[in-house]
Amino acid sequence: MSEAAVLPAETPEKINLAEDFETSGVAAILRELDEELIGLAPVKQRIRETAALLLVDRARKKLGLAHDTPTLHMSFTGNPGVGKTTVALKMAGLLHRLGYIRKGHLVSVTRDDLVGQYIGHTAPKTREVLKKAMGGVLFIDEAYYLYKPDNERDYGQEAIEILLQVMENHRDDLVVILAGYADRMDQFFASNPGFRSRIAHHIEFPDYTDAELLRIAESMLKHNEYSFDPGGQEAMRAYIAARRALPHFANARSIRNALDRARLRQANRLFEAGAPVDAQALSTLTRADIEASRVFAGGLAHERQAG
Amino acid sequence: MRITQGCFSFLPDLDDEQIRAQVEYCLRNDWAIGIEYTDDPHPRNTYWNMWGNPMFDLKDAAGVMMELDACRKANPDDYIKLIAFDSTRGFETVRTAFLVQRPKVEPRFSMTRTDVRGRSMTYTLSTVQP
Repeated sequence: MSEAAVLPAETPEKINLAEDFETSGVAAILRELDEELIGLAPVKQRIRETAALLLVDRARKKLGLAHDTPTLHMSFTGNPGVGKTTVALKMAGLLHRLGYIRKGHLVSVTRDDLVGQYIGHTAPKTREVLKKAMGGVLFIDEAYYLYKPDNERDYGQEAIEILLQVMENHRDDLVVILAGYADRMDQFFASNPGFRSRIAHHIEFPDYTDAELLRIAESMLKHNEYSFDPGGQEAMRAYIAARRALPHFANARSIRNALDRARLRQANRLFEAGAPVDAQALSTLTRADIEASRVFAGGLAHERQAG
Repeated sequence: MRITQGCFSFLPDLDDEQIRAQVEYCLRNDWAIGIEYTDDPHPRNTYWNMWGNPMFDLKDAAGVMMELDACRKANPDDYIKLIAFDSTRGFETVRTAFLVQRPKVEPRFSMTRTDVRGRSMTYTLSTVQP
């Protein structure tokens, strides 16, 4: 058989990658990613690279060049509250637009959803979750809890084996993303070499800088139609710096919680003032709302004693 | 004897691609899919063995196909059918069911006539395994 006969009847000679980028909807997702997520430059860069690779791969396929489905399983490592779940959601959309997963939904699970409580309970449970995730992305948060080295009878190992098997045999059907804190994920990969070799993309999420956190705070407020007055903004800047030094700092999640508490205080302040309020007053957080936080007093009482 | 029951049973057997397409249709309608198997295709045998629980909340046919393959491997010479359940009315209603595997040699049915009171006749249909 001649070479020409093997190729599909209508093989285009050239493919416009830039056009492909726009029409596939990938450009829109990346733009969304840029606009909605503050900071995270290295993560965005990696995602852009992955998207480029997949686009080129798709173009190769159209031209009849050799290609095999790339392994798309990933690991997201980073501290709490740096946006791993949010990015995973975007990733599912991206892979769907590129045609690497058929449905584009995200199934987010932790150890409890995969590992059973008695013998024979784990395998069906894990398979159930895997079946639900097929055609989309399976996001395993805090994946290292699956493996408990101190207990060799732990059922986590069984879940790991099924996961590995499906990750290998059903590469076309689902993408697995493991997420967790960097150091513990490293340990997890070291004791489960099977995972390391099956995961091609390791993406590290850096912590946010103070300036980025302030922008995140502002965008969160804007989303709820609140805003800082100048004093409030200044207080928030000081708050972020102080909060970072305290234990259990969870980046954007800490900020969200702080804002929720500030809104609580603002509501209380307006209520106690007893004066009529306008829209402006209802949507402004002031210095007092932020500075009443215990963070400025050096954290919670029991933490102060411990420190 | 070629058994005809459920949808599509007068057509040639569905291949995997066609089964997958049917499953996709069911999932698009938010139906749950169950897999059942038996060696006794008697028309009155309504209780086939369940291959695990019916699968709820699936988005893609790949999960069903994975279970179907496992069921075929474990029961290579049995009848297997897929059943789709619709829950819109508050209980799981069977919306479609179709055979996805038959044994290589299918059983026959035999009919026994029995004389009872007077000259009336009762009929018993039973499966004859090959």
